[in-house]
Formats: sequence, C-alpha cells, structure tokens
Amino acid sequence: MSEIATMNVKEQFLSTFGVQDFHFDTEASKAARNEATKRIEGLEFPTSKTEYWKYTRINRIVKAEYKIAESTTTIDITPFLIEGMEKNVMVFVNGFYRADISTITSQEGVIACALSEAKEKHADLFNAYFSKYLPTDEIFANINTAFHQDGAFIHFAKKQKADQPIHILNLVEGDQIITNPRNLIIGEAFSEGKVVTSYHNLNGGKSFTNAVNECFAAENSYLEFNKLQEEDGTSFHIATDQVQQEKSGNFTINTFTFNGDIVRNNLNIAVAGENGYTSLNGFYLPKEKQLVDNHTRVDHLVPHCESHELYRGVIDDKATAVFNGKVMVHRDAQKTNAFQANNNVLLSDDATINSKPELEIYADDVKCSHGSTIGQLDEEAIFYLRARGLSEDSAIRLLLNAFAADVLEHVGIESFRQLIEEKIENGLKK
Amino acid sequence: MIKIENLHASIDGQPILKGINLEVKPGEVHAIMGPNGSGKSTLASVLAGREEYEITEGSVTFEGKDLLDLGAEDRAREGIFLAFQYPVEIPGVSNINFLKTAINEIRKYRGEEPIPAKDFLKLVKEKSALVELDNSLASRSVNEGFSGGEKKRNEIFQMAMLEPKLSILDETDSGLDIDALRIVANGVNKLKSADNASIVITHYQRLLDYIVPDFVHVLYNGKIIKSGPKELALELEEKGYDWLKKDQVIEA
Repeated sequence: MSEIATMNVKEQFLSTFGVQDFHFDTEASKAARNEATKRIEGLEFPTSKTEYWKYTRINRIVKAEYKIAESTTTIDITPFLIEGMEKNVMVFVNGFYRADISTITSQEGVIACALSEAKEKHADLFNAYFSKYLPTDEIFANINTAFHQDGAFIHFAKKQKADQPIHILNLVEGDQIITNPRNLIIGEAFSEGKVVTSYHNLNGGKSFTNAVNECFAAENSYLEFNKLQEEDGTSFHIATDQVQQEKSGNFTINTFTFNGDIVRNNLNIAVAGENGYTSLNGFYLPKEKQLVDNHTRVDHLVPHCESHELYRGVIDDKATAVFNGKVMVHRDAQKTNAFQANNNVLLSDDATINSKPELEIYADDVKCSHGSTIGQLDEEAIFYLRARGLSEDSAIRLLLNAFAADVLEHVGIESFRQLIEEKIENGLKK
Repeated sequence: MIKIENLHASIDGQPILKGINLEVKPGEVHAIMGPNGSGKSTLASVLAGREEYEITEGSVTFEGKDLLDLGAEDRAREGIFLAFQYPVEIPGVSNINFLKTAINEIRKYRGEEPIPAKDFLKLVKEKSALVELDNSLASRSVNEGFSGGEKKRNEIFQMAMLEPKLSILDETDSGLDIDALRIVANGVNKLKSADNASIVITHYQRLLDYIVPDFVHVLYNGKIIKSGPKELALELEEKGYDWLKKDQVIEA
C-alpha cells in the first residue's frame, strides 16, 4: 500500500521540476542530469525506518507543493552583506543567478562565476569535478544534480592565494519556492581561499532549499568553507556537502544554523591524501518546534591525517537537535588522529537532543576520541555573575557566547565571525 | 548603612541563622568570627541574594531599602559586593569583558551612561595594580586555571572595579599564604573610605592583623553570641571558642 502512496508523493514532488529550462547545459552536464534522473527512478524518499534519516521525518517536506519562480524584482541585498566581503558577492534569488545585483571583483587566479556559465566556459574543470564524489544512493543529492538551476562556481588556481573571501548569497523570494542551489568549489594545489555561503528568506513564506556543495581541496591547498543557514522558521533545508581532500591539504568547514523548520546537513568528507588536516565544526540554535540535524561522516582513507570535529548547540523551547557524527578510519589509515566532540545545552525542559558520535576503526595504530555532552548552564556561574551586577539574561548570554567561542575560533574571516557572534547573541531572545 | 534585625534563614527546612542582629555604619569594618558550621558563610550568601536559602523571619535594610526584596543583581547594583569563598571558574568568559558588562549594567541601573572604553581600560590598569594582579590574568577567562591566591586577588580586583558601598569578604584569607594575604589585605585597606564599609568573615585572627576591624562579632549556632572591640579577636585566638560556647549553654 505504501509503495503506491510513496510513488505518488515522489512523482508529485518531481513534477514541479518539469517546467525548467536548462538551455545553458552542455552535453556533459545534460548527461549528468540524465544519470541522476535515472537513479532517482530507483530511489525512494527516506522514511523513519531508514536508519540514516531516523530522527528526521521528511514527510512534511516532500508532501508540500512547491513552485519554481525566477525573480527579477529589485532587491536590496544590504541587510545580508557581510562587512568587508561586499566586493565579492554572488547573489542567487530563488536559485537563479542575479548578475545585476552581484559584485565580483577580479582577483588574480580566482574564478568566481555562475555554474551555468562555467559549464561551457570552464568545461574542463566542470566536467572533471562536477558530481564526481557525490553519494549516488541519496535521493536529495540526486534531485539536486538532476534539477539544479544554478549555483556558484569558484576556482582557486594553483599557488594562488585569494585575498578576498567570496560570499555566495542565496535568497528566496515568495511562498512555496523550491530551489536546488549547487555550488562547486575547487582549490588547486597550494592555493588558498575562503568562501561563505548563506541562505535567507526575503519576506517570509515557506520554502524548500535542497542544496549541494561540492568542495575539492587539492594537494597542499588551504580551503575554508562557511555555511550560514538563516532561513525563516517555516522553511525546510536539506544540504549535502561533499568534500574531497588530497595530500597535505588543510580544509575547514563551519556550519551555523539559526533557523528553519527542518534543517538537515549531510556532510561527507573523504580524506584521501596523506598529511591532511581537516576541521569540521558547527553551531546550532534551534528554538520553537524547529529541528536541526547534522549528519557528518569523515572517511580517513590514508595514513598520517588529522581531523578535528566540534559541534555545539543550544536548544530551546520544544526544539530538537540531532548530531550523528561518524568517523571511519579505514584499514590503511594508520597514524590517524581523529577527534570528535558534540556538546549541547538544553535551555528548556521540552528541548531534545539526539547525539550519536560514532567511531569505526579498522586500523590498529591510531589515536581517536569522541564524546558527547548534554547539560544545562552552570547555576553557580550564573549566580556569580549576578552577584557582580549582571542580569540573569546577560549572565546566560555571556555563558552561551563562551560556549560558542570554541566553535567560532575556527572561522578565519574575522567579520563573519563577529556576525555569527551577534547572531548567537540575538538568537538568545530571553 | 545596613541593618540586620532578627534574621532567620534555613536551607532545605534546616534552620541555619537563628536571629542575627547587626548594624554596620559607613566607614566601619566589622569582623565576624566563629567556628565551622556556625552560619558565617550562610550570612554572607543570604546578604548577597543566594536563592537556595529561605528567609523565615526578620529583615535586612540597606540604605533604607528592603534588601530581601531585591534579586542578587539588584543588590550588587545597590552597592553590595560579596567576595566569594570559592570563586567560580567560568571558562570562555573573559574577566575584562564580564567586568565591563557588570559596570555598564550597574551604571544603567543608576541611570548613568556606559563607561567610555578609554576610562575603563585606565580603571583596569589602576585597580589591577592595587592587588598586584598581572595584566594577562585580568584578560583571561574568569578564574580559569588561577591559583587559590590569584582567585582571591581577582575577587578584590573586581571589588575595586565595582566600588561597592558594602563589601562582604567571605573567608577571603582561607588558603592564602602570607604574601597573598598581605596583598589582599592591602587592597582592601586602600579601598577603605569614610563612605563604604566592610564585613570581614574569617576563621582566623591572622587576617585581622592586616585588616583592623572596628568591631568583632562571634557567630555561634546561628546567633551572634558576643561582640566587642578588635581585642576580642586576640582573645579568641588565645582561648578559642569553647569559653563562649559554655556561656552560651548557661545562658540557654
């Protein structure tokens, strides 16, 4: 019985994309779409019985009706700009690139253009990297590959250090909008670059963002990728972040989630070259009845690499957070150092956290640790601060900011870090 | 300045303070001594506004206001400062940052403008010198990794920054070596004025060699059983508390 019902939901869901026009596609990118479409035929939406999606029910996401709507309205993007990063802002509204309100300042050795443009203009790169390591059995990633409209293509050339970080600004305008933003970020050998991608709603309304970010960090590259998820409390967001890291690379990803009805991040990092350093961090602040689910997976495939993972969250009201972090140390990955921690503060009796740190080790000479904590704020510390004249609110704020500080120190863009600090402070409404 | 009348307090239904009477006037230093478990720290906690204690009887008036009506933060803003017996470590919260927030919230309460950054830094420099607190300690996380002496010095540093009317030093001398004790006491003495007052809670007479009290009170079993001039402290040092306890029994 459920078979037919599920089929209908899937068909209904997919029918939304029928009207899209991909005139910018090349033969290669068309082929990638077709392959993904074929795979989707054999896949179903996950249910609560699907282990990987156990804590996150997606029924409400896939059963809603959506539309694709290109927007050409005048938009004031100033509220979304990040201080010091205004010179490189790529704006996408409802998933479509808006060159008219984007600003790209040319930097030596940096390509920053719409993915739709890169398909032909930088065909070699696009064909070499696009969709290369994405999981083939995850329906949402495949949907993005099959139906993505546009996204950012960023390439840091060999031995080039990009002085200015790049901001990919994703805006949603209107109600029941669905977008499949697709970013492709490539750091060539010995390059250095920093990117922020942020997601916001313009004027309320429900939306579903099904994002894919692919990052490639070549030998000795230094890449930092930051995500700011700040859509409306009524929107859905599912992201697949796929990272491939080569020899001696240094890769950092930071995920900040402030809002969203249901937000799910699937982060997969393959550490495929020796002497790599990987840092993956997150901070989440769900409130009301929101759900934030971070599923991370680090695959240590080769020896002598180090990964550090730190996810922290403050959960308020009736909100739920999920952390499922898997570190796989494969048989060949001797001398791996892998550290993982997840710390949570529950601000209300009705808040929930499901924390599941997982370590799977198949090598015999490694140093790994993982840990998870769930707690309340330290009452003694609150009294101490109050006894110095701070209100209870200020005391709590101060303690929570301190809690977030260990995550924030991994953000290498000073102004972005400050922005997140402010958002954390404002997010604690009490 | 502060008038404590017939103060009774209990925790989890267990009476600890059983009728304290004490008046402190501006410019005065009062020492409260007494054996372990007599209620000294409870008195300090109750005055600072710790909520675990239930006030079952009596009143505390501070500068004409009903102190027991105010939350801990408002007591601090009114000018009460408690130097903690066990200062709390707060990882990630910088001393400076938190003091600035504290000063500005106190100023706001009093209808004053926030302190200009320059004035604040000047104040930090001046007051940290007073207790010989290293500048780097001032900017580190609150009490985190501080030695016992550094923690107590940090308490007096905070006291100097906040300029309270009434300071309550809760066993500030415990665990201090002579040098640290001297530094802490010096700090307290330098902050003394005709307008402020202190209640010094201690186990030992030793601290009172450095901070000379105007009055000494002996707290025993939740009551002040004897008050006298500073010489009383010396007498206690010599004779212990037993002779007073005996008196107490006879009285009862």
